[in-house]
Amino acid sequence: MSMPISYGNFISLDINRKKIAMEVTQVLLSAQAVDATVRKHAEDTLKQFQDQNLPGFLLSLSGELASEEKPIESRKLAGLILKNALDAKEQHRKYELVQRWLSLDVAVKGQIKACLLQTLSSSVPDARSTASQVIAKVASIELPQKQWPELIGSLLSNIHQVPPHVKQATLETLGYLCEEVVPDVVDQDHVNKILTAVVQGMNANEGNNEVRLAATRALYNALSFAQANFSNDMERDYIMRVVCEATLSPEVKIRLAAFECLVSIGSTYYEKLTPYIQDIFNITLKAVREEEEPVALQAIEFWSSVCDEEIDILEEYGGEFTADSDVPCYHFIKQALPALVPMLLETLLKQEEDQDQDDGAWNLAMAGGTCLGLVARTVGDDIVPLVMPFIEENITKPDWRQREAATYAFGSILEGPSPDKLTPIVNVALNFMLTALTNDPSSHVKDTTAWTLGRIFEFLHGSTMETPIITPENCQQIITVLLQSMKDVPNVAEKACGALYFLAQGYEDLGSSSSLMPYFQEIVQSLLNVTHREDAGESRLRTAAYETLNEVVRCSTEETARLVSELVQVIMAELHKTLEGQKLSSDEREKQNELQGLLCGCLQVIIQKLGASNTAKYAFMQYGDQIMNLLLRVFACRSATVHEEAMLAIGAFAYATGPNFAIFLPEFYKYLEMGLQNFEEYQVCAVTVGVVGDICRALEGKILPYCDGIMTQLLKDLSSNQLHRSVKPPIFSCFGDIALAIGENFEKYLMYAMPMLQSAAELSAHTSGVDDEMIEYTNLLRNGILEAYSGIFQGFKNTPKTQLLFPYAPHILQFLDSIYMEKDMDDVVMKTAIGVLGDLADTLGSNAGSLIQQSVSSKDFLNECLSSDDHLIKESAEWARLAISRAISV
Amino acid sequence: MATHELRRPFKRPAISDQQRRREISLQRQAQNRRDAQHQARCLASTILTLQPAQYEPTEPDLQPQSETELIPELEIESQEQRRDLRDIDDVIQASRLKGVEARQWFAKQLMLPEWMIDVPERLNTDWYVFARPAGKRCFVVSSNGTTISRLRNGSMLHRFPSALPNGARTSKSSQSGQSYCILDCIFHEPDQTYYVIDMVCWAGMSLYECTTEFRFFWLNSKLVETGACDVPSSYHKFRFSTVPIYNCDQEGLNAAYTGPVPYVKDGLLFCNKHAHYQSGNTPLMLVWKDENCSQYVIDTDSKGQVPNKQQVVLELLFDGKLATSDDPPVIFGCLNEDFIQKTGLQAGNLLRFAISDGGLSFVDGKLEKADLHYLGKPNRARAFADSYSKVIFQYTVRHSSLRIEHIYASMSLSSEQGNKISDLDMAG
Repeated sequence: MSMPISYGNFISLDINRKKIAMEVTQVLLSAQAVDATVRKHAEDTLKQFQDQNLPGFLLSLSGELASEEKPIESRKLAGLILKNALDAKEQHRKYELVQRWLSLDVAVKGQIKACLLQTLSSSVPDARSTASQVIAKVASIELPQKQWPELIGSLLSNIHQVPPHVKQATLETLGYLCEEVVPDVVDQDHVNKILTAVVQGMNANEGNNEVRLAATRALYNALSFAQANFSNDMERDYIMRVVCEATLSPEVKIRLAAFECLVSIGSTYYEKLTPYIQDIFNITLKAVREEEEPVALQAIEFWSSVCDEEIDILEEYGGEFTADSDVPCYHFIKQALPALVPMLLETLLKQEEDQDQDDGAWNLAMAGGTCLGLVARTVGDDIVPLVMPFIEENITKPDWRQREAATYAFGSILEGPSPDKLTPIVNVALNFMLTALTNDPSSHVKDTTAWTLGRIFEFLHGSTMETPIITPENCQQIITVLLQSMKDVPNVAEKACGALYFLAQGYEDLGSSSSLMPYFQEIVQSLLNVTHREDAGESRLRTAAYETLNEVVRCSTEETARLVSELVQVIMAELHKTLEGQKLSSDEREKQNELQGLLCGCLQVIIQKLGASNTAKYAFMQYGDQIMNLLLRVFACRSATVHEEAMLAIGAFAYATGPNFAIFLPEFYKYLEMGLQNFEEYQVCAVTVGVVGDICRALEGKILPYCDGIMTQLLKDLSSNQLHRSVKPPIFSCFGDIALAIGENFEKYLMYAMPMLQSAAELSAHTSGVDDEMIEYTNLLRNGILEAYSGIFQGFKNTPKTQLLFPYAPHILQFLDSIYMEKDMDDVVMKTAIGVLGDLADTLGSNAGSLIQQSVSSKDFLNECLSSDDHLIKESAEWARLAISRAISV
Repeated sequence: MATHELRRPFKRPAISDQQRRREISLQRQAQNRRDAQHQARCLASTILTLQPAQYEPTEPDLQPQSETELIPELEIESQEQRRDLRDIDDVIQASRLKGVEARQWFAKQLMLPEWMIDVPERLNTDWYVFARPAGKRCFVVSSNGTTISRLRNGSMLHRFPSALPNGARTSKSSQSGQSYCILDCIFHEPDQTYYVIDMVCWAGMSLYECTTEFRFFWLNSKLVETGACDVPSSYHKFRFSTVPIYNCDQEGLNAAYTGPVPYVKDGLLFCNKHAHYQSGNTPLMLVWKDENCSQYVIDTDSKGQVPNKQQVVLELLFDGKLATSDDPPVIFGCLNEDFIQKTGLQAGNLLRFAISDGGLSFVDGKLEKADLHYLGKPNRARAFADSYSKVIFQYTVRHSSLRIEHIYASMSLSSEQGNKISDLDMAG
């Protein structure tokens, strides 16, 4: 972070400015040179300049951007560097940049901002556009600090200027500004003026298409500021009229932007749609049939968004609307159904030839099918009679497009309608599908057929279904067809694997009555064959095969435990093979890495499966040494990072091995530490933290010699700003795991861990926002903190050192009080929190009795938990009550 | 210009299996953490550690806690038995025990009252009283969807479905797989009802270390909730019932002594409010009876006849001494070696004696001499020797009994002066 420069510096800087500015142009141009050496040199010079004199650097960049005499290339790059000096993707870096800007001298900032505003009038479009984006970035830093109050006023005054390009640049700036800043930092008066300017710019009377386009795009971002305006009937009518008119503009970019506005309105202002829905339906229907594809896609997207809203509402309220429901369901989809469904079915016939091979493909047929699926989830049974005639008519047609569309339509409506409605249809269709998957000449049809079978198994097959669609009789045929299909072209084979995945999943709860088990060996062998196909790298076929193998193992039963044990040897051999390659190219290394991931994933699933069965575990443990050695070698393949999948496998292995894991720990420890140090790949760090917990429970006291290292690393992780925040709650829980394992030996870590817990507790006591995501995170954090306290209390229980914890008790009780008062904890936190109250009483005994009696809300909290409907909360509460009653009665 | 995010193509899988593996892993870890917490919590809360069933050690030598911590209350006579019982640190497992082991284990878990041979201090403030139902004293354990009652000697009385938590295989109870209960009951034959006189564990929670006051409160608030007191049905074979419990003041004692109850009374039980549930004989729970509140004041023999002379059952120790079942035992006498060899008796045998005309002699409240006459071995079903208090109570019943008026009187006395009535007064 740089210090504000002194006035003296600024003067001297000003004297040299011209010289510097001269140089900057050249350096900026060189930085875009083809010659890498020249480029590198220029980049270094820029960096040096920035490090030595940041204010001067930023000033000269803004001067460069504003200067009409300079070449556009240097102006654009100047703007880009300026923008990057204000914002970064990474949260920690972003925060640093914001602080750095705020601490700059006011005069310097004023000069930069003046240059930026001036650039909006430039005759060069790229310069204007770049300036727009930089202005929005500065605004996003300054407006929340109540700085730059004159910005919006001066932008709005531009609107009335004659040259259309200034108006266009200003509207674009307003759009970016609305995208960058949060609505509550702009007062309503300014919002009104911005919207007025934007909507005027969108109006059909606006003769300049560039202006109209900029205005329409600006509205898209400004919509979230328009809550008050959308509550005003007249203003809302006006905005809606202008948007609908813009969808009819002769300019396709404007029409596209207008449809994007409609999509956003559909989800942001769902409850205000009633008066407009008929018009919007007509507009979108026409667009889907006649428009260019990007516009037609947005028209479909409008209905998908409305489905999303209605699904959310219906899920949240379960269809029961009481006076306190926030938003009622207006059943727009149900009302539009008779016309909407035929429109969507038409789109299904507009497939592209190669869409099944292209991962990123997104076209009318796919969007239409997606929307149809959402409609089915929204209205349930009602969709079935509207779609069935289309299926029946097309499914046997000679044109593959018709057969594929019919199959796709069927697959799309399998989630939503009741099993009662679908089962009879599926019973008839199943045979047809199996035949098609075997015999249809078109790969497109086979691809969609296999996918549809997967959907059938996903939604209509499982222990909860009243009438099973799969019987021991047809099971054999299904498996035969699917295994055969796995030899088809990669995209079809991948879908067949997917179908088998869901077929297996449906048997998960059935145990030994699973009809799949007689075919276990055959299925496993077929899947292994797939993984060895030369073309298994296409259409993620290999991945799908391993994933299905995992699912089949998860759903296997005691009878097949021996076969699963044999699979261990196969997977180990495969893993061993990946370790043989020497001196790999980076491409080969990536492939090795991916394959190791799949194999470790599979091992993890097998370990977990066999580890959970007492009989199978002993047989399997004879491979323990070999498995661990392989996993260690996988770790050793990489120098700087550890393999996440291997780490997950180790966790499962430690759990299954129990105390015997101690013999592996000396060799494994360095990878454990490496995993804990991996800030960049935070998933790896998180997984490793989980593994520490596994090892604690497996080794208990025997983990003690490693605890210094582990605790040091965990404490470092907690203090790091770089580490993703989602890893912090599990680290706190991990403190609890360690304390529980090593008991009073945790004493030496108390002085570090407790202040961290305490400050995190203070932070998480109150959720400041209305932001659901933040509340969810806060609850995760609270749960981690509370699990740490639980582990520490229970670890110290019945030791002579319990009195060491006494000084922390008041704060912990206060923390419990405050989260109780806050009334926003979830069930998990509630259960953990009431448990901590019990642990505190249990460990501190009569010492804590009076503290608990004095605490503000313990009693209410306990009573609330005791009367909870949640079984786990109640259980914890009853335990806490006993512990407290003992503490008080002593 | 941000455009609306494209939807995930419909035909791609919804979640990756890797994400699923991560989630399953996290779920497993969270579950293991809960189990570890639960285990830690239960450790000190109970003399019978209540570990969840899946936490049984995978190998016999991995027992993490010292045995003294786990089962301090088990009075185990021989090393052989000690080994047998060491691994059974879990009520659920204990309830799965079969035959002899089950009997031995359960026989040691009931809290057994001493007989009231003098009136305790502060009876009117610190004690409860209730009329004891006549019937079979037993432990009722509900777990794993079934309910089993076991008599004092450990033998099984009934196996049945009940509305107790996890007491029957119904959909309702299946959600709490680890949950189980242990109740201290008397099975009353005439109305086929289990009268619950104490609650030892409830819904997986141990109440061993809770005061009587709390246990009775918990018993009265929880039992009815479950529907266990409802009339029997197919999932609930026997009715359970609580008994009216009174504070042991004049009024309460009167209510327990004379008040109508739906069962046949067998004496009065007095329970100290502050006592924890303690297996074996305890002076904090007392039984007292006279002809007005019990049909069986004086012990009968196996034919149901009151024998001429009081009979006692004592245990033969290795050195020939004859002991009561108390801890520490009270010695009533000694058999000489010749006699032992001649009769082939062994240490640990229970022996039946009659108290002859010499009676019992006391000095300073302590038994000094007993005039015993060997009769033979008692009924095989006997698991224990008589307790000291029982012998003395029976002795006083035959000579100079502690009558209800004495108890009433002691209340007014103790409330005024805290006077103590000595053993000597009683032994007459």
